[in-house]
Amino acid sequence: MFKDWLMGFVTGFATTFKHLFRRPVTEQYPEYQRTLPVRSRARIILTRDPDGEERCVACYLCSAVCPVSCISMQSGQREDGRRYPRWFRINFARCIYCGFCEEACPTLAIQLTPHFETCERDVLNLVAEKENLLVNHGGKNPDYNFYRHAGVTMVGDKGTHVNEIEPVDLKSNLP
Amino acid sequence: METWIAGFILLLVKLGVALTVLLLVAAYLVWVERKLLGRMQVRYGPNRAGKFGLLQPLADLIKLVTKEDTIPGAADRTIFLLAPAVVGATAMLIFAVIPFGDRLILRGKPIPMVIADLNVALLFAIALSSLGVYGVALGGWASNSKYSLLGGIRGAAQMISYEISLGLSLAPIVMLARSFSLVDIVNAQALYPFILVQPVSFLIFFVSAVAEIKRIPFDLPEAENELIAGYHTEYSGMRFGLFFLGEYITLIVLGGLIGAFFLGGWRGPFLPPLAWFILKVLAVVFVMIWVRGTLPRLRYDQLMSLGWKVLIPAALLNIIVTGAVILVMGS
Repeated sequence: MFKDWLMGFVTGFATTFKHLFRRPVTEQYPEYQRTLPVRSRARIILTRDPDGEERCVACYLCSAVCPVSCISMQSGQREDGRRYPRWFRINFARCIYCGFCEEACPTLAIQLTPHFETCERDVLNLVAEKENLLVNHGGKNPDYNFYRHAGVTMVGDKGTHVNEIEPVDLKSNLP
Repeated sequence: METWIAGFILLLVKLGVALTVLLLVAAYLVWVERKLLGRMQVRYGPNRAGKFGLLQPLADLIKLVTKEDTIPGAADRTIFLLAPAVVGATAMLIFAVIPFGDRLILRGKPIPMVIADLNVALLFAIALSSLGVYGVALGGWASNSKYSLLGGIRGAAQMISYEISLGLSLAPIVMLARSFSLVDIVNAQALYPFILVQPVSFLIFFVSAVAEIKRIPFDLPEAENELIAGYHTEYSGMRFGLFFLGEYITLIVLGGLIGAFFLGGWRGPFLPPLAWFILKVLAVVFVMIWVRGTLPRLRYDQLMSLGWKVLIPAALLNIIVTGAVILVMGS
């Protein structure tokens, strides 16, 4: 029993002493910045589809799902009938980076990026307008174009649309 | 008259030097401790303020001084304001009796390298460390907060309990040196340090000393995860700084005391006396930091049973054995 007690002390002290000479594992943040995973949730962007159009169709789903109500916008309509946000505003001072807006978005327009260094001296600088949010690329899904899949008048026959399966002849399915 | 004036000036010079060095070293001990603890936990520790974080104590000082000095509305103002000073002052006063070098001969006159060579220096040191309890207990009580009060009560109970073993463990040293004066005790270790003949006494004194300055594993009075900060929860700014500084000055002082009682004080081969003194203090301080990096906090009942059921009986037994040996050897 005494031996256990003593060995407990000795091994403990030996371990901490050995650790004195080990290389610290701390990452020195401002000098060393590790690349974060692509799906890290930080600053929000509005992406464009491969044709260079805004993906956002101002459906207000992100604004509705936002638990802290930090997203606001005003919808508008182009001459060709496509909807777009007249203005789009995210208050990053209030955003909790939950990613619900990204999940709610039907057109993959709103996306979260790994860019987390968003500190500002003035809190008003954290309110981002559409021109601050809009980027010139497709984010995580560069090839996706919502209007190829939905929201367009059908041309051609059934089953000819992008990713659409040929209609099944019901009668051929009979036993 | 002239010798009186010369002696007074000499005393002032020694006081000034000792105080400056003590405060500086205490401030840098915080840095050393944070650095060593960091490395023991495979971290860097402070490394931003200046090279290797060497300006960290200065940054901390500026922060503490410029912070608001808040006093809780329900606190007992006078006692609340005085309590930190008690901790700081008692810690610094003990250093007065610790010899930090051999006597210097200046213009044919011996200058003792100790601020005050009291003939009851050992009792003086123990008495002052008892007075330190007042700072903790009154600070905790005057804050009028439940965490502070609990911390203060724990501190008082712990420090009073461990003072007994602290004092008893020194009795064999007094028996060997036949003096209460620290200068005489160091002189008595001219041939060998007392740790060789009194290892049990050394262990008891070391454990009690760690408990006396409320460091891990005996940091129940300020247990962060139960009591926020214990008796200094309500303190802010430099008043908190005084508690903090007092703790580190006590650390140095205890290093000096352990050095003087067991490790032969400033005595040692090759190096000058002052270097040996500093080395011994630093060695003790390192071990205390090492203990902090290794051991978890004791439970309250473990603390009390270690003090009363292990250390005090062991210290008493040690006194009897030492007395018997001295009697038999008849020296």
